[in-house]
Amino acid sequence: MKCYALYLGCTIPARQPNHELSTRKALTHLGINLVELDKATCCAPPPIESVELKTSLAIGAYNICLAEEQNRDIITICGGCFQSLAGVNARLKYDSHLKKEVNHILAKAGKEYRGTQQVKHYLQVLTEDIGLPTISQKVVKSLKGIRVASFYGCHVLRPSTLLQFDDPERPQILDNLVEATGAQSIDYINKKKCCGGLLRGYEDDLALEIARDKIVNVYNAQGDCITTVCPFCFVALDIGQLQLNRKFNESYNIPVLHYPELLCLAFGIDPKDIAIDNRRIKANSLLHRITYMSEH
Amino acid sequence: MQHLGGETLTLCYQCGTCASSCPVARLTKRFNPRIILKDAILGNKEKVLNEDAIWLCSSCFNCQERCPQEIEIADIIYALRNMAIKEKRAPQAFIDMASNLAESGRVVPLANFTIRRRERSGLPTIMAPDTDALNKIMSATDFTSILEQAKKADSQ
Repeated sequence: MKCYALYLGCTIPARQPNHELSTRKALTHLGINLVELDKATCCAPPPIESVELKTSLAIGAYNICLAEEQNRDIITICGGCFQSLAGVNARLKYDSHLKKEVNHILAKAGKEYRGTQQVKHYLQVLTEDIGLPTISQKVVKSLKGIRVASFYGCHVLRPSTLLQFDDPERPQILDNLVEATGAQSIDYINKKKCCGGLLRGYEDDLALEIARDKIVNVYNAQGDCITTVCPFCFVALDIGQLQLNRKFNESYNIPVLHYPELLCLAFGIDPKDIAIDNRRIKANSLLHRITYMSEH
Repeated sequence: MQHLGGETLTLCYQCGTCASSCPVARLTKRFNPRIILKDAILGNKEKVLNEDAIWLCSSCFNCQERCPQEIEIADIIYALRNMAIKEKRAPQAFIDMASNLAESGRVVPLANFTIRRRERSGLPTIMAPDTDALNKIMSATDFTSILEQAKKADSQ
């Protein structure tokens, strides 16, 4: 089975190790081998692009060099890291002038970007390397009857010319993967719209207002849970509900699960083994339902 | 604007597809990508770099995806932020993240309690980034000096 260099980024290992745990478990359960990408740095995402664009490109390329040295393709587990690294990879592969410039910078650090490896998000690995039928076959606790609000976030989809991930206006990858667990991937208004996550810490009120739109739309569509593929979307929608409840005296209670968490539950992995309690909006009633359904 | 990201700016014909696709512009009048592009084309540098509008983009790339002229709008906003920072007008949150990166190789540093929590969950130890290599890259692109200048301006 395919082997990937695992690029963790900063946010997931530092703030959401439970997300890392479920992703590692789900991928290895499906036979994907993950090798650590030692000494990897931050992917230099939008806040760093905002300071100096070329630095961001060079740092992205530096991390791809680490995988090139292992002759392995990269698997990213964060939407932001995917956009940064897959974006740099695409730019440098088709722009030889830019590649030369970046390599001039990388030479100071003793590296050279060659452009020999791919950068993938785990959703692509699940769909392309494993395939939906195999995933469905591994499901031992079907999530049938669970209404899941799939949320792609922004940075796996756009800019689509560089990322080539899925149709940016009508994406299907995550919906199909959710349905492979037996669950129903529901439609809701503004499904592809931003969660406001990157404005948190700079414009908190505005960020929460954007997240509120998302949460209200999922609530109105009677979603049992939201599933995300990016740590920033997770925070915006999980802690976001707690903040909305406090600030506006509302009572949202929709658990947010990273897609690999959903997958682990469907594979029958003990929720305790993926630290399922590490969230503000607890998933207890959802877990009871899944257990009840599998026993009856 | 002959800067990485700014090359497509002059193609804008002000149709407003960007603004109507923007999750921020629908909530506040403080941010409108079409007006930022207009001001950038007209050379209203002081206005663009001084107002906080350029810092309110949520980087969702909806505008860039839908622009009929394929203008790299989000990248242009990054380029404008780059210019604002060079003129020492950077919000503290951005300086903090850039400083974290320069010091630890990570925008989000690993706290000791997280390291212990990771060990308890059986997650592997994370090898520290090579900050020497990173700092060589940052010196070569002037990131280090831009950040130092921005920090100085901020403390004054």
